[in-house]
Amino acid sequence: MTITTIRACIDGIGLLGPGLNGWPGSLPILSGQQPYQPQKTVLPAPALLPPAERRRSGDIVKLTLATGLEAISAAGLDAARLPSVFAASGGDGVNCHAICEMLASDDRQISPTRFHNSVHNAAAGYWSIATRAMTASSVLCAYDASFGAGLLEALAQVMTDNTPVVLLACDTAYPEPLHSARPLPDALGIALVLAPKPGPATLVSVSVTLTDAVADRYAHPVLEQLRASIPAARGLPLLCAIAQRQPQQVILDYLDDTRLAIAVTPC
Amino acid sequence: MQSISNPLLLSHFTATSCIGRGLDGTLAALRQRRGGLTPCTFDTVDLATYTGEVAGVDDVQLPAHLADFDCRNNRLAFLGLQQDQFADAVRNAIEKYAAHRVGVFIGTSTSGILQTELAYRRRDAATGALPAEFNYGKTHNAFSVADFTCRYFDLRGPAVAVSSACSSSAKVFSSARRMMAAGLIDAAVVGGVDTLCLTTLYGFNSLELTSPQACRPFDAHRNGISIGEAAAFALLERLPDQPRDDAVLLLGTGESSDAYHMSSPHPEGLGARIAMQDALRMAGLQPADIDYINLHGTATPTNDAAEGKAVNAVFGARTPCSSTKGATGHTLGAAGGVEAVICALALQHGLMPAGINIAQPDPAIEVNYLLDNHEQPVARVLSNSFGFGGTNCSLIFGRADRS
Repeated sequence: MTITTIRACIDGIGLLGPGLNGWPGSLPILSGQQPYQPQKTVLPAPALLPPAERRRSGDIVKLTLATGLEAISAAGLDAARLPSVFAASGGDGVNCHAICEMLASDDRQISPTRFHNSVHNAAAGYWSIATRAMTASSVLCAYDASFGAGLLEALAQVMTDNTPVVLLACDTAYPEPLHSARPLPDALGIALVLAPKPGPATLVSVSVTLTDAVADRYAHPVLEQLRASIPAARGLPLLCAIAQRQPQQVILDYLDDTRLAIAVTPC
Repeated sequence: MQSISNPLLLSHFTATSCIGRGLDGTLAALRQRRGGLTPCTFDTVDLATYTGEVAGVDDVQLPAHLADFDCRNNRLAFLGLQQDQFADAVRNAIEKYAAHRVGVFIGTSTSGILQTELAYRRRDAATGALPAEFNYGKTHNAFSVADFTCRYFDLRGPAVAVSSACSSSAKVFSSARRMMAAGLIDAAVVGGVDTLCLTTLYGFNSLELTSPQACRPFDAHRNGISIGEAAAFALLERLPDQPRDDAVLLLGTGESSDAYHMSSPHPEGLGARIAMQDALRMAGLQPADIDYINLHGTATPTNDAAEGKAVNAVFGARTPCSSTKGATGHTLGAAGGVEAVICALALQHGLMPAGINIAQPDPAIEVNYLLDNHEQPVARVLSNSFGFGGTNCSLIFGRADRS
């Protein structure tokens, strides 16, 4: 088996999820110093968007903006100059439900806003409007493997284009009846600023290879439930390793037959 | 951004749209300037518009072990993979490189959402529940078509769906390029698959962007798009030491965001200009090196005007260009893939295809829009794909003997 290793530095982290409110606030939980207590995810209003866009934006937009800006601010970089990788297992679930409901009714005239919010890259579009970023933006989906797919895409871009990249891995829930078919319990987003070289903001360096080893699970049943039930939460073991400030290896879930082995070294 | 020191080889490619199944049908339609758009009769749609529907998709049967993936989008993907011995070429690549060294990158905008639209008509009257057999992950989800492709070939490498609206299957070339350059894979199945559904037909209609006629890109009286459907695939490999003279190479990619509006392009085509310039820079080429531009050319008044300004700003008014959407319709997430294949045909067969359905070129757009086919050697071409959310991607392809 050919082993290729990709290396990068992590310079900033953004995190929002059930009971996880920002990276600094979540550090004691992820490092094991404070018990994890799940609470409904709180999404802040997207202050950076112009009022018209702010009114039209759904949860996925709020989540990507909040986590992405947190990570970029921590890294001390300018969002307008960063290429971005958006990884989401689905788009705006409330909007999707509203469209499908109308299309099954006698009045199929869905609104223009509903329609443009239905594209998988809506969050990327609002992001570019909010941050004025005219940079390249990859918008990906790999269902439950979306975090791993996004991380690989971002790492490949850091390495081949020799540029910092922001990864925004975010998932929000569908309302019923789609919720029963795709039961995501809540919204969770992880944003990472990945850079080719260590800098003043660098937290850790990572070396990533593809592996068929079994993915790490949490001993804590509620955290494990979270990790297993929201695709973006598959990145949480990486954040735990960063929070613990010890060199270690984590194995993240990715595709059915392929996982990501990540060696984490604090800087 | 890195310059592309190592161009990639499109070792095999294929396209299936309303103008034909596979390369022969597609090339014949382009040579004959024949379009495939017809008045919309799709499902229960009651809109006065034209569509580019692929005949026979309903009759396609997926392999039994992939029956869970059954939906219109995966049926069209399967139909597309069977053309031009493309599936055999993928199997040969797996033999050569191993299943975990071949990646899958498929662009789609709506994937199998039609399945959910249909399921919403059959909700339980009492509980509102969707039918028990509805399978969200294997049909509706954007990854479905990439997952289907992986499982059909039993591939074990990185796999992803790119879903950035109408730039999706142009951007797969960029993602695959980076993954190959990083050394994670040796080959990539890239492509785009999108199929007709009510969301896009009624959605574009709500924006007053669908034409009541077959669409007329770059015409002075153009009045909107015609939605089509298509499956297009290419197999990307590293360049061998001695490629065939007519081998098609990926020379450059350029990507940008408008940062302007969710459903309207930047009026001066600023993002489009950046994408084209970045593609040229990566390819190490000057604008004058490009023989033909396959335009995004959707036939909405604002899109074509903005793209025309961007093309004029980068290339001036001399480079021959056309939109092939008058023939295929706008196949949305599959458009970049279809038009990459049309560019490959242009290079191999020395054909710059004319735009069709155009009666009077828009005098306000200063580009060299082709009204007749030009049969002459073609060395290097550029293809534009732009989408909602202000996402832009330009690709440059060239012939091996002239690149």
